[in-house]
Amino acid sequence: MTSDHTTTWLFGRLDLSSLPIWQAIQSPAISELIAGAAAMIVIAGAIAVIAFITWLRAWRSLWTDWLTSTDHKRIGIMYCVLALVMMTRGVIEAVLMRAQQADGLSGGFLTPEHFAELFSTHGTIMIFFVAMPLVAGVINYIMPLQIGARDMSFPVMNQISLGLTATGAVLVMSSLVFGKFSTGSWAAYPPYTGLAFNPGPGPDYWIWSVAIAGIGTTLSGINFAVTIYKERAPGMTLFRMPLFCWTVLCTSIIMIFAMPPLTVATLMLAADRYLDFHFFTNDLGGNMMNYVNLFWLFGHPEVYLLVLPAYGIISEVVATFSGKRLYGYTSLVYATMAIAVLSFCVWLHHFFTMGQSANVNIAFGIASMCIAVPTGVKVYDWMATMYRGRIRMTVPMIYVTGFFILFVIGGLTGVILANPTITYQVHNTLFLVAHFHNVIIPGVVFGLLAGIHYWFPKAFGFRLHEGWGRVSALLWIFGFSFAFLPLYVVGLMGMPRRSANFNDPAFEPLMLAALFGAALVLSALAALVIQIWVSVRDRDKLAAPLGDPWNGRTLEWATPSPPPHYNFAVLPQVKDRDDFAAAKANGRAFADTANYGDITMPKNTALGMIICAAATLLGMALVWYIWWLAMLSVLTIVVAFVARTFMLDTTYTIPADEISREHRAWLARVRAASPITRDRETDDVNQGLAVLELPETLKASR
Amino acid sequence: MRHPGINLGEHHGEAHDQAETLVFGFWVFLMSDLIIFGLMFAIYVTMANPVGMAGGPGPKDVFDLTSVFIQTMILLTSSLTFGIASLAMRHEQGRGRIALWLGVTLALGLGFLGFEARDFANMIGMGAGPSRSGFLSAFWGLVPLHGLHVSAGCIWIVVMLIQMRTFGMIPIVKTRLLRLGLFWHFLDLIWVGIFTIVFLAGISA
Amino acid sequence: MNDLDYRRELRDYLIGFGLAFTLTVGPFAIVAWGGLDRPTLLIFLGACALVQITVHFRFFLHIDLSRQKREDLQLILFSVLLLIIMAIGTIWIMGNLAMRM
Ligand code: HEM
Ligand SMILES: [Cu+2]
Repeated sequence: MTSDHTTTWLFGRLDLSSLPIWQAIQSPAISELIAGAAAMIVIAGAIAVIAFITWLRAWRSLWTDWLTSTDHKRIGIMYCVLALVMMTRGVIEAVLMRAQQADGLSGGFLTPEHFAELFSTHGTIMIFFVAMPLVAGVINYIMPLQIGARDMSFPVMNQISLGLTATGAVLVMSSLVFGKFSTGSWAAYPPYTGLAFNPGPGPDYWIWSVAIAGIGTTLSGINFAVTIYKERAPGMTLFRMPLFCWTVLCTSIIMIFAMPPLTVATLMLAADRYLDFHFFTNDLGGNMMNYVNLFWLFGHPEVYLLVLPAYGIISEVVATFSGKRLYGYTSLVYATMAIAVLSFCVWLHHFFTMGQSANVNIAFGIASMCIAVPTGVKVYDWMATMYRGRIRMTVPMIYVTGFFILFVIGGLTGVILANPTITYQVHNTLFLVAHFHNVIIPGVVFGLLAGIHYWFPKAFGFRLHEGWGRVSALLWIFGFSFAFLPLYVVGLMGMPRRSANFNDPAFEPLMLAALFGAALVLSALAALVIQIWVSVRDRDKLAAPLGDPWNGRTLEWATPSPPPHYNFAVLPQVKDRDDFAAAKANGRAFADTANYGDITMPKNTALGMIICAAATLLGMALVWYIWWLAMLSVLTIVVAFVARTFMLDTTYTIPADEISREHRAWLARVRAASPITRDRETDDVNQGLAVLELPETLKASR
Repeated sequence: MRHPGINLGEHHGEAHDQAETLVFGFWVFLMSDLIIFGLMFAIYVTMANPVGMAGGPGPKDVFDLTSVFIQTMILLTSSLTFGIASLAMRHEQGRGRIALWLGVTLALGLGFLGFEARDFANMIGMGAGPSRSGFLSAFWGLVPLHGLHVSAGCIWIVVMLIQMRTFGMIPIVKTRLLRLGLFWHFLDLIWVGIFTIVFLAGISA
Repeated sequence: MNDLDYRRELRDYLIGFGLAFTLTVGPFAIVAWGGLDRPTLLIFLGACALVQITVHFRFFLHIDLSRQKREDLQLILFSVLLLIIMAIGTIWIMGNLAMRM
């Protein structure tokens, strides 16, 4: 073997010229410099994180308390951290794109190639590695608490799901340092992403990051659904579950049934690229339209997967901060189910212009418009919940208000786009970009941010700083409005999406407005980071360890903040919908019992991390054609799995004494604390114990 | 007992709940897998036409009805033998008997894979590999995917035979066997779709 | 868990096997001998497959209408509903496109 052969054998097609940093040194044009700088930032960021953890001497704690933990709460937090890191990259890319297009009349500063890479990574990251992990994270943390469970049904599988999601994110990040990501957009349509037109590693990065993360999501879905079916506390019937749990159930159904089309589509594309199959090629009987169909069989349910939990969060937030029971609970449940099922019936509206007959188009157009009905039901239910409530304009409520106003606009433009004849006019313009950001940002992102602010004190035992939260929320709302509302106009004027530059001067002012909006969004993100920093710094002042800072209504507030590993010292006996509110009203809350029992919890395991590492190597190996490494990684995964099934000692028992001691200590602190009224809930005095207020006291006295 | 094929006994209350959760979770997984197969079927149907065949060989030219019949019979029989193994487990007829019927099932599974591999080799020999046409890609995407599942099932049987030896018939081993059974029967069910849609409908065209 | 139970359950498996066997051999035989026109044949094949799938569910996977199995049955029916939407939808759309090409 010559040395050339050895390097190819060892490193596949990875060589020096595939490193952006090397390219920036070779030909320092602006586009290359930006790419090189991005690679440097990733490397420097990684080094900084490593140094920081070493400085904190936190490696051991990181490993035992976090990475190997099977606790749904820790896993949930890790999902959220991953999402926020990725969101930073996504937003920076968005601002870069906005800057490019603002300067687009004179050609801008990026090559079209680089611009294409930016919208592809931005879209892929925002959907798969920001929105999805945030959703998974919040669900992980909150859902078991709300149904009165001790953990997920399958804690180890939960860890593996996180590992696989992280793998996908790491692969996307690696593409900044090694080679280039796809330029084929987040949907990666062949034949453009096929081998004939795109032989480089880009589409392979897309395929493997999305496919691997997608498998993790499917497993999450199974876990969530089974947990809701099997782990509810005694008395927690399905129709006593908080609405958030209903939306989680529907979301997990979508995860279970809508991820397979994505898996199939990505693996078929991989078969085309790696094994010379002809599913989607131009020649030899391939049919690229099959890909489009499969992708949107996944893609449409996906957006509902994201937005349903946001609806759930909004239901919780609105009820809590209006001090009222959720209006129209049953109708909200049925509306959620209707949306979940309908979301499987409308996928064709993403390719009205592909060439099928008008009859097919109109069938799917009508089905799409139908979704507006249950969504409308929800909006009215939320408004009715607020009606005559004592509304407190806390940070979550500011986000929710932004949601109400802006999301309805996004929904309306959706109904407009559901009309095939209109789609023929605005297809592939920025009108569409405005529409989907208009539902995703005010819908999904605002909903999740509201949830994070709402539940943060539960997870960490202190509230987030209110002032910075308001700044951030308002910046998000106005930033979004400036960044995207102009795009409706410019889209109607005919500016195509995904174009690096344009030559109609009329677009220019609107693009500048959009850039201004993007800058506001970036500062909103900065304000969020500052808020977290300030809150951590002032955590003693903001502490609310007693567990109920917002006069909450559902079971998660009946635990200390943060809750112990086993969540509930004694499994709650649920008697009512909004059980904690009812318990507080008739004095059942904070009760001590005689019958503490031993609790068995799953032990830590390294399986998730092993699989994450092996899957990451597998992804890299496949992208770079390093076959020995690919085989080795697959083998590692299989062996790790099988070896795990030979370990029987996977749980440990917490003795009843310890539990009663911890629980009673908390109860004593609750008894000693003085409850506060709602007008002081954002002051330092809020230790997490609430005075009972209307209408619950009324109900109890009646 | 709720699930035939398992007998954890009355005194295993908690293990029983856990078993139910595990089995239900596995059902959900199977249903997700069902969608994958279903979509592969749909793709196959859209490509089984002259455009998809791109002038290459069609079903009549490449499928071997006799061999498919043999495979079908083997797989069906293996469902029965797995059933007998499950019954032996449920009625606590001893580890040896369970292992025996699992072994028979494994042998049948391997036999199925052998015939299938022979057919695949023949197809490649006559120039009907996946690279020939979209139609053949769809075939090679669907049928070997099922074969891959059967291979996984075979490995799983081997792992379970080892675990039965090392651990004995403890509850977790029983629930694993129960899930393996669901998996095995499920694969036979998918095969019904394959021999009907791919082979019979194809050959009769 | 006595001998009688065992025999009854074994008989169930054997009945299932017998039915499945018949429903397999029938279609294979018809295809091997030929003679039916295509639409009739396809309907026949489809019907046999559907019945056989039900047989497998009933006798091998032990799904029936009893209360205990309600949850599993609902799950399966729901999955089948979604599968039908996706598969039929795909075939409809792609068929329509093929016709117009
Ligand atoms: C934070 C503010 C955001 C800004 C300023 C922004 C900006 C942009 C821009 C400029 C594009 C390219 C438009 C074009 O094709 O010309 C884009 C595309 C896209 N964005 Fe965003 N975005 C933001 C947030 C998000 C979020 C939160 C998500 C999803 C969770 C998202 C998902 C997408 C997707 C899926 C695409 C399409 C990519 C493609 O064409 O393949 N964006 N965005
Ligand atoms: Cu859609």
